[in-house]
Amino acid sequence: MQPAPGTFTQTTSRRTLLAGATALLVVHSTPVAADPAEMREAIRAAVGDAPLSEGRVHLDIPALVENGNSVPLTIRVDSPMTHADHVTSIYVFSPENPLPSVSRFILGPRNGLAEVKTTIRLATTQILHVVATMSDGSRCLATTEIEVTTAACFDPT
Amino acid sequence: MSTARVIVPDRARKGETFEIKALIGHSMETGFRKNAEGDAIPRDIVTRFSCRYDGEDIFVWELHPGVAANPFIAFHAVATRSGDIELVWLGMNGFEHRERRRITVVG
Repeated sequence: MQPAPGTFTQTTSRRTLLAGATALLVVHSTPVAADPAEMREAIRAAVGDAPLSEGRVHLDIPALVENGNSVPLTIRVDSPMTHADHVTSIYVFSPENPLPSVSRFILGPRNGLAEVKTTIRLATTQILHVVATMSDGSRCLATTEIEVTTAACFDPT
Repeated sequence: MSTARVIVPDRARKGETFEIKALIGHSMETGFRKNAEGDAIPRDIVTRFSCRYDGEDIFVWELHPGVAANPFIAFHAVATRSGDIELVWLGMNGFEHRERRRITVVG
C-alpha cells in the first residue's frame, strides 16, 4: 500500500528531512536588501538635504572580496582637523545590506588626522556610500563598488 | 567576559598625532539570522565605542549590525598631555567593557 501524501517511511528521520529543508532554504534564500529609497532616506536623515560634494573623502577597500563577513575599510578625509575647520562625522552606508546604516564616527580637532579603519559586513555586491560632514556645514560623499563572491551571513537561513 | 586588544603608544611628543587601535571580542549577532529550528536569533551587538583623553571624548563610534564580528577600530589622537586614555564599549544586553592605557607626553 502506498503511504498517504505527506507521510514518510521510517527510514527517513525527521532530522534528515529538516536538514534537507534547511539546505533548500539556503540555496533559494535571497538577502533581504535595503531599498535604495531607504538608503537615500537614511543619508537624508543623517546629514540633511544639503548637496553632497565629492573629492575630499577617500576610501580604501578591496574591489573584490571572497567573503563579505569581514571586509577591511579605511576612510580618509582631506581636512586640516583644526578648531576652525574639521570633520565632525563620517557615516558609512551599505545599500544592499538589510540595514543601510553601518557606522557613524564622530570626530573633532583632537583627532589631528581624519582617518578611521574598521571592518564591515557586506551582504552582497554593492556600492558603498561614505558621507563626511564638516564643521562649516558642508558635506562630502565618496562611493566605491565592492564585488562580493560569498555573502555575509545576514540572510535568514 | 569579553577580551579586548588595545594598541596605544607609551610615549608621544606634545602636538604629535598618534594612532589608537582597538579590537574587542564580540559576535555582533545581526538579528537577521535564524537558527536550525527556524527561530530568529535575537540581535546582540556592541552599539557604542568611545575614547576619552585629557578631559573629553575625542572619538565616538556608533555601531550597527553591518559592523563585522569582533569590532576593530583604528583612529588618531593629538598628544596633549600625559594621562590615561580610556576606551569604553557599550552594547545590548548590558554589555560593557573598559580599557585604560597610560600615555606619557614629552616636549
